[in-house]
Amino acid sequence: MSSSFAVATSAISTGDRLVEVNDLTVRFVSKDTTIHAVNGVSFTLAAGEVLGILGESGSGKTVTLRALMRLLPEGRTQIGGTVRVAGHDVLGLSPGALSRVRGSTIAMIFQEPMTALDPVYTVGYQIAETVVRHENVSWAEARRRTLDLFEKVQIPSAQRRLDAYPHELSGGLRQRAMIALALSCRPSVLLADEPTTALDATVQIQILLLLRSLQKELGMGVVFVTHDVGVAGEIADKLAIMYAGRFIETGPVTPIMRAPRHPYTEGLLASTVHGAMRGQRLKAIQGSPPNLEILPAACSFAPRCPRVADICLAGVPPEVPTGPDRMARCVRITQN
Amino acid sequence: MTYFLRRLLYAVPIALGVTIICFSLIYLGPVEPLDAVAPDDASPEELARLKVEYGFDKPLPVQYLIWLGRAAGGDFGVSLFTRRPVIEELLPAISNTMMLAMSATGLAFSIAFALGILAAYNNGRILDRLFTGVAVVGVSIPNYWLSIVLIMIFAVELNMLPAMGMGPTGSRDWAWDVAHLRHMILPAIAISAIPVGIITRTTRACILEMLSQEFVSALHAKGISRARVLVHVVRNAAPTVLAATGIQFGHLLGGSILVETVFSWTGTGYLLNEAIFKRDLPILQATIAVLALFFVAINLVVDLVQTWLDPRIRRT
Repeated sequence: MSSSFAVATSAISTGDRLVEVNDLTVRFVSKDTTIHAVNGVSFTLAAGEVLGILGESGSGKTVTLRALMRLLPEGRTQIGGTVRVAGHDVLGLSPGALSRVRGSTIAMIFQEPMTALDPVYTVGYQIAETVVRHENVSWAEARRRTLDLFEKVQIPSAQRRLDAYPHELSGGLRQRAMIALALSCRPSVLLADEPTTALDATVQIQILLLLRSLQKELGMGVVFVTHDVGVAGEIADKLAIMYAGRFIETGPVTPIMRAPRHPYTEGLLASTVHGAMRGQRLKAIQGSPPNLEILPAACSFAPRCPRVADICLAGVPPEVPTGPDRMARCVRITQN
Repeated sequence: MTYFLRRLLYAVPIALGVTIICFSLIYLGPVEPLDAVAPDDASPEELARLKVEYGFDKPLPVQYLIWLGRAAGGDFGVSLFTRRPVIEELLPAISNTMMLAMSATGLAFSIAFALGILAAYNNGRILDRLFTGVAVVGVSIPNYWLSIVLIMIFAVELNMLPAMGMGPTGSRDWAWDVAHLRHMILPAIAISAIPVGIITRTTRACILEMLSQEFVSALHAKGISRARVLVHVVRNAAPTVLAATGIQFGHLLGGSILVETVFSWTGTGYLLNEAIFKRDLPILQATIAVLALFFVAINLVVDLVQTWLDPRIRRT
């Protein structure tokens, strides 16, 4: 299998390798069962690049993201492969070294800021706490920097909002505060776990635009996880479509959106509302995602695939190059 | 501030209800109140005189209002047994019980909070099972039985600590010195067993719930130290644990009758026990009313402290 991952690495990489993930596997082990959440994911990310990981719930996209900062429950998680972020071997770091990397080199924006912020501390305190931890400055200085951050993420009446508790802010402001928290120590890699899913549509686009401009300004590498095709198209430079714990199609965003090659990607795009579609009926993908308690020995999408053939069940499909920097894991592509 | 006032207002009807129940107690008991105050050989004329003197001839609501009015001014009548004002018996007893209950609550909270946190962080492992076992045993053991066992071990066999009383022979007033504190150790341990069990279990459950919350993942994602994460978790668990502790303190104030009797600790429990055997109704009435009001007050304080600890409550 290792040769096929080498293809993936070269197929998707451009420029410097800020993030380098090789054959990442994540299993959740309990007494009764093992869940194969991520089954061999490889990719690289350069500074200033945005990778969008697109997939439905249960596809392993959030688990992949959390594995990048080893933010998974320790006792019952088995992580395999290698993860290098800005020169750090994330999976091999000692707990102390890991905590120095988290929040400073690599930071995360969570899906639901209401539950991701501590309810009994003010948002200003929670951000200043991070600055004090990583930047070795006084609390007064940290608070001043927090105020700057609030202005950077365009929180109105920033001074007053510093002393607000999470429940006192609107959803949009809470997510802006969460972004300020993530950016507080100028990370080189930003992980975003569906940061706009919990927001109103109008607020969603504001947050996306803000993230895009901050990403450009700070030159961060961003991994952005979403199930929303429109959001992915808006924010990402390159896309990885995830299904049953694997990347099944990767490549630059525009070519994939125009001409998807994997049947699952086709289905995903066809089931989404986009321009000039009035009067057409949306196509839903038949069936449901596979049970990840059994590691599939064939193409995971085969049971739902409209183009399934005997060859699809022969083994896990290898990566097939489908264009410049593109690949798809589908044996039927070569035959078409 | 408005929350404070509203919460204070809620306490008023509760307190009044409590006093009504306490007042009614003498009519719910097996003893006719008049029989309790009258000598056994009292003549009918004497009985009639006493009936008027104690106000038993008036309708019940009037009797209640008279009693409440006097009680508000600290006049709970006269002890039938010692003929001294009830308040003079009650105040020192309350102070003695208060000292014991506060020490025991402090002891129970320190032990239980540590055990609960350790159990939660070792969820499902040996340490967790051990501490959960300790908690179950603590809740299940009758504390008067524990008192006797403690006396047998530490006073009789090892001769390390005194078995009864509140101070060395000849000492009349309590003092916070070693000689007096030695008398407090055994009763404090005996009454803290149940609170230790309950507070341990509350802390464990509450910390476990906090550890499963997304904000704990987010705190780890910020890269702050494990100790600081623990501070956040504890601060979130504090309101619930504090409420449990406050309620346990209330129970200790009113519920250590047997332990105080075993150790001859002359607090409210001891006083109640004496009053029950001597059918000293005014003492019973006053002690129960004051203890119940303490319970209401403790709940009020716990609620207000919770508000201070958790900004979310302030809004509701």
